[in-house]
Amino acid sequence: MSGEAQLLPGTLDLLILKAVSLGPLHGYGILLRIGQISGQALLVEQGALYPAFFRLVRQGLLKAKWGTSDNNRRAKFYELTAAGQKRLRAETEGWQRLAAAVASALAATPEKL
Amino acid sequence: MRLFRRVPDDDVDEELRSHVLLRADDLERSGLPRDEAERRARIELGGALRYREECHDAAGGTGLESLLQDTRYGLRVLRKAPTFTAVAVLTIALAIGANAVVFAALNAIILRPLDLPDPGNLYSIHRIVGKSAAQSYPDYVDLRDRNTSFDGLAAFNFVIAGFDSGTNPLRSWGIAATGNYFDVLRVQPYLGRLFHADDEHGPNSASFVVLTHAFWHAHFHDDPSVIGRVVQLNKHPYTVIGVTPPGFHGTLLFFSGDFFVPLVNQEELTGTPFLAVRGDHVLFMALGRLKPGVTRDRAAADLDAISAQLEKDYPKDHKHAAVTLARPNLYGDYVGGPARAFLTALMLLAGLILVAACANLGSLFAARAADRTREIALRLALGAGRSRVVRQLLTEAMLISLAGGALGLWGGLIVMRWLVAWQPFPQYPINIPVNPDARVYVAAALLALASGLLFGAAPIRQVLRTDPYTVVKSGPRTTVERGFSFRDVLVVAQIAICAVLVTASLVAVRGFMRSLHAAFGFEPRDVVLAETILDMAGYRPDQVAPMQKRMMEAVATIPGVTSAALVDWPPLATGGGNSPSVYSDSASEFTARTAAASVLQLRVSPSYLATARTTLLAGRMFSEHDDAGAPRVAIVNTAFAQKLFGSAVAGLHAYFRLDEATRVQIVGIVETGRYASLTEPPQAAMFLPLLQAPSSDTWLVVRSSTDLSIIATAIRDRLHHLDAALPVTIQSWDQGMDLARFPARVATVSLGVLGIMGAMLSLSGVFGMAAYSVSRRMREFGIRMALGAPRKSIVSAALGRALRLLALGSAAGVALGLMGARVLASIVWQATPRDPLVVGGVLTVMVLLGLLATWIPAQRALSVDPLALLRQE
Repeated sequence: MSGEAQLLPGTLDLLILKAVSLGPLHGYGILLRIGQISGQALLVEQGALYPAFFRLVRQGLLKAKWGTSDNNRRAKFYELTAAGQKRLRAETEGWQRLAAAVASALAATPEKL
Repeated sequence: MRLFRRVPDDDVDEELRSHVLLRADDLERSGLPRDEAERRARIELGGALRYREECHDAAGGTGLESLLQDTRYGLRVLRKAPTFTAVAVLTIALAIGANAVVFAALNAIILRPLDLPDPGNLYSIHRIVGKSAAQSYPDYVDLRDRNTSFDGLAAFNFVIAGFDSGTNPLRSWGIAATGNYFDVLRVQPYLGRLFHADDEHGPNSASFVVLTHAFWHAHFHDDPSVIGRVVQLNKHPYTVIGVTPPGFHGTLLFFSGDFFVPLVNQEELTGTPFLAVRGDHVLFMALGRLKPGVTRDRAAADLDAISAQLEKDYPKDHKHAAVTLARPNLYGDYVGGPARAFLTALMLLAGLILVAACANLGSLFAARAADRTREIALRLALGAGRSRVVRQLLTEAMLISLAGGALGLWGGLIVMRWLVAWQPFPQYPINIPVNPDARVYVAAALLALASGLLFGAAPIRQVLRTDPYTVVKSGPRTTVERGFSFRDVLVVAQIAICAVLVTASLVAVRGFMRSLHAAFGFEPRDVVLAETILDMAGYRPDQVAPMQKRMMEAVATIPGVTSAALVDWPPLATGGGNSPSVYSDSASEFTARTAAASVLQLRVSPSYLATARTTLLAGRMFSEHDDAGAPRVAIVNTAFAQKLFGSAVAGLHAYFRLDEATRVQIVGIVETGRYASLTEPPQAAMFLPLLQAPSSDTWLVVRSSTDLSIIATAIRDRLHHLDAALPVTIQSWDQGMDLARFPARVATVSLGVLGIMGAMLSLSGVFGMAAYSVSRRMREFGIRMALGAPRKSIVSAALGRALRLLALGSAAGVALGLMGARVLASIVWQATPRDPLVVGGVLTVMVLLGLLATWIPAQRALSVDPLALLRQE
């Protein structure tokens, strides 16, 4: 699909943190939320999410507990920790700086030099 | 952080399942039927198994988790190559087993101290020429009372006695010890009491006997009421007063006797007075406990000063060398020296076996890793870290080395149990206490781990060099290696080590074979020996000679017996006899310093030399008329003549003196034989007629032309007929020489085993390398053959390298082995490396091994079918 973009390496963790920062979610919910907030533009491989969850939990950025979903299914819910919030802020700034720099580089025209 | 942080599989599975259900709910809502929705959801999620593994990794599945993974994978890989695994495990098992046994022996004999309180400050005292620990009793008393360095000085001696507790009399060995013996050693009784210094009140004043635990267990069935009972030792009554703790059998490692009696009572047991004889070094060993803070050197200097004073006071009886102190358990350097040297050498050789096995397995593993280049490259390409791949290979090596180590240790324990139970000499209470302890297990485990790391590390460089992309694209390289690779060095080293072992074992075996067929100065074949100790059976000195005459006459008439004689100690069959000093005829002073020589003395009946087939070179044999009433005569050997008269044939009819009053004429000269040990230098010896120099402890020497066991039974019958209560020990002279041959036999057997192991290792090493090089170049050979290359050039291409390495390794090994064989000469008689047969033998063995090892690979190389091979590609 032309509307979808490939994920850059390292951006999956950032997207997960962002998605969870908007409220506790289970794994499938995070998948949906990423699609929703990216306007269905970013494609995440479903299975690849889970190793990322475990990695983030181990790094202390997320915490997980079992609960019940809206339609009464048992599911594991993820929540941002304080360290996770700090990391999200730092990575967001870093990403924005990078994006701005790349955008300005790409916007360069001969006249502006 | 916890080492083992395992996310339960259930947890991951449940989360993935929950994901599938939630996704299916959504799909169902969009109109799909439920089962189709779940199927679709599952497909969308992809390989759950893979994600599960990744989740474990992501959750920190390092450490034990990945170790378990590696182990599982390693087991799978090894199970797929059963031959390789079996060969590798057996190789390492042999090497670890050999090391475990040798180390256990080293540990038990050299490293482990005596099992007594504070064994570190117990020392034996060696102060006469030849490093013997023997002392005379008066000297011992002076040393004990005058020294300022020891907390106590004890001494002991061996006694052999008829032990009669009312049932059947036993011939048993014991220790006659000074009263302070148990107190110096700090031994506590297991039962009853032990004897002490205040039990001694002069000669034969303390008729007490203390039993060892083993003897009490075996002959009194742990009966505590034995305390207080009176038993007969050589027909003298002794009261049993106690039992020593289990495991205590004196201070000598190899000797385990049955009982302890006070030394002051030894005179009545052996019939020889010695308590007041300063010149007679009867005591086997004096040993003592250093006072706290006294160094070994200071104690030796202290004893030296006393010795010097004794020498001044008693010049007639005294001659001493510098005092040395040694560990008492191995009789100082006398046994300890050769034992230590031999065990150290053996440990070294066993270590070499292990190194050779590691080199062998290292090259096999490297070859295997090369064959698995594709697999390794694939794993690297799929994102496995190189460290993870190396870890995987190391895990496989570890699995093999641990399995091999366990198997080897198990085999080693069986050998050790057998060694402990082994009584090499039925007539002596000697055994080899090779009991394994924790140290042995730890050493075996460490060796297994270390060797696993060692040979597992061989392929690491190769893995690190692997470039996944080129390998996956073009397949493993099939280029011919030029120059020497690391693997070649391993093979050469291994073959060299194996050649050393083969050389050493051939040198030993050859020396041993020669020692069996050497000239001893007598002919031990077809001779039965029967020992009787008449005073032990209650004979008075004046009854001894007539009884001995009757015994000789009784056995001489047994059918098949060609001659019979008496000797007080048959050469090479017992530890050795007395070596009194002799003086030249013109001597006016008779002190130890003025003695012409110290010579072995054999007391014999007239027919002994003829019966033993000792060649008379000049003069005459003894006759019945050389008795107590006749002038003293002697027959001497050529070494004696050489020493006293300067030439091997001089001195016939000359005189020498045994002491001031005893002038002896030499009436015959015989060849010089071997007397105490097979490796001894020529020893001066003299033969004296038993009638002029009586002894109640003699051996009947019976030569016969029939089966020795029949003769032995007949001798027992005849002697029983003469005196039913007389204990007799019967053995063939050949058997009796087992003790003399023992060091050579042990050396030969152990080196032979190591040599065979070495040969097997080099066989498998060369085979592995040749087979590998052939299998790698099969395609090349196919092409060559298709292009018409002659078979000879194929074979030389296939095996030339292997054979060159074999030749190089063998040459290095033989050179090293011949240098090392010099050490052997001190243990195995006539072991000489400069023996064409040995050199030839080693070369033949190595060539045969080479041919054997390369035969199958060569056949494989020649059987290449070029068409089939090229089709496969």
